[in-house]
Amino acid sequence: MKSPRIHQFEINGEKLVFDVESDTLHQVDDLAWKVMSLLDAGYPVGRIKEILADEYFTQDITETLEEINYLQQQDLLWGSPLETTGTSESMVKALCLNIAHTCNLSCRYCFAGEGSYGGEDSLMSPEVGKVAIDFLLDNSGGRKRLEVDYFGGEPLLNFETVKETTAYARQRARETGVEFGFTLTTNGLLLTEDVINYLQAEGFSVILSLDGRKEVHDRMRRSPGGDPSYEKVKERLLNFLARWNGNYYVRGTFTSYNLDFSKDVAHMVDLGFRNISLEPAVSSPEDDWALSQKDLPYLEKEYERLAEYYLQKLHEKDPFDFFHFAVDLDRGPCVYKRLSGCGAGNEYLAVTPTGELYPCHQLVGDESLCLGNVRQLPNFIPPSSEAFPPAGPLHGKCASCWARYHCGGGCRAAARLVNGSFHQPYELECALQKKRLECALYIKSKINEKSTTC
Amino acid sequence: MKHIRPVNSEKVARETVGCRECPTSCQSACKTSCTVGNQVCVQMEKVKPNNRGGVKI
Repeated sequence: MKSPRIHQFEINGEKLVFDVESDTLHQVDDLAWKVMSLLDAGYPVGRIKEILADEYFTQDITETLEEINYLQQQDLLWGSPLETTGTSESMVKALCLNIAHTCNLSCRYCFAGEGSYGGEDSLMSPEVGKVAIDFLLDNSGGRKRLEVDYFGGEPLLNFETVKETTAYARQRARETGVEFGFTLTTNGLLLTEDVINYLQAEGFSVILSLDGRKEVHDRMRRSPGGDPSYEKVKERLLNFLARWNGNYYVRGTFTSYNLDFSKDVAHMVDLGFRNISLEPAVSSPEDDWALSQKDLPYLEKEYERLAEYYLQKLHEKDPFDFFHFAVDLDRGPCVYKRLSGCGAGNEYLAVTPTGELYPCHQLVGDESLCLGNVRQLPNFIPPSSEAFPPAGPLHGKCASCWARYHCGGGCRAAARLVNGSFHQPYELECALQKKRLECALYIKSKINEKSTTC
Repeated sequence: MKHIRPVNSEKVARETVGCRECPTSCQSACKTSCTVGNQVCVQMEKVKPNNRGGVKI
């Protein structure tokens, strides 16, 4: 199938053309839209002039073709294909430390079997945490920036191991000259003053789980005994927000029960949060909260509504950051990064409380994908492409997608959960990713329009 | 230009290829921190800093 080199789309009457290879965006009028469409379909210039002659003045058509020609010469339309000779050598850069295979909530949509990943409840010992840090350093190939994400279950149920592992990493950083970035993902219930002070002092990035409106949050996020958690979580998160002076995101999940999720984002904004992410639930099609293709038209319009809300807040000089709209066209990833796709099983690995390695946190517990143990592997060997096929813009269906350099090839774990295969992309995820990118680009165009007309 | 207005003219960074110091990518919906297209090139960030305020990606 042909790889698209431009993508034309329209939101709220705004006609936009995205050049896939150069990552540039263009606002166009009706005439330019039609000319580009015909050029992309392979029509010769002479024929295009004939087709449009009844509708437009010859001078306007000629001007448009000259503008297109100029942008082509600048490599900003039908840009030259991305290619790199970058190395494919495996080097681990990031570890997801499953610090606690247990949780103080029992969320219905939890992919981790409500925290235990289908096994017994368990906690990572400080000793395993330290060995994991050594493993990361030994297999990082000399990289200077390494990442450690404390994950669970609920990682704050094992705060001592978080602290000891971090202290050890700091010590090794001083010895080796590397820089560690630490992230902690928490449901917020154990965010006490002491914990907040510690995370602040250590420069953590924190991801806080909140689904939005009370009824939305409490439908899915309840205690193991079935009690709602919204009020307690809200109290903890607002206390965090009042004291925090660092990087954070409030991150929620939407399901088939709240397709109107822009209201949940607005609720988070109203609470005072300014760094927000809301993600579609990934679940088996049989689950009552599962999203499906029939929801897609509504969800696409909902992302457009969210984009308008985003712009409204921006114009009110009360902006917020929505993760999927934060696309930086001027400072985005380099060619190598865009071509390398998802890092799972290669640059990024998950570690269980007992030190077992998996390609990513979503695949923990699938013994067929266990890659060994941090205590027994001085040299990490990535999984074979048969066991865990590669993802990215050059592979499979992704090669014919206009969003290929932004997406990373989709989540292979989600694809297998929904389709039973790593090879078949999860189509709903792809559609939502593309819609989010369109909305992000639309926002860029509106911001640009305002900045150039004021 | 009259019919086409480029929103950005900064192309994909082809010259800062493969320092491999940018954050690792993962597409899982439960990990907000690491989608490819939302990342900022660490080399470009040195040249054009822009404090976004969210999780460092």
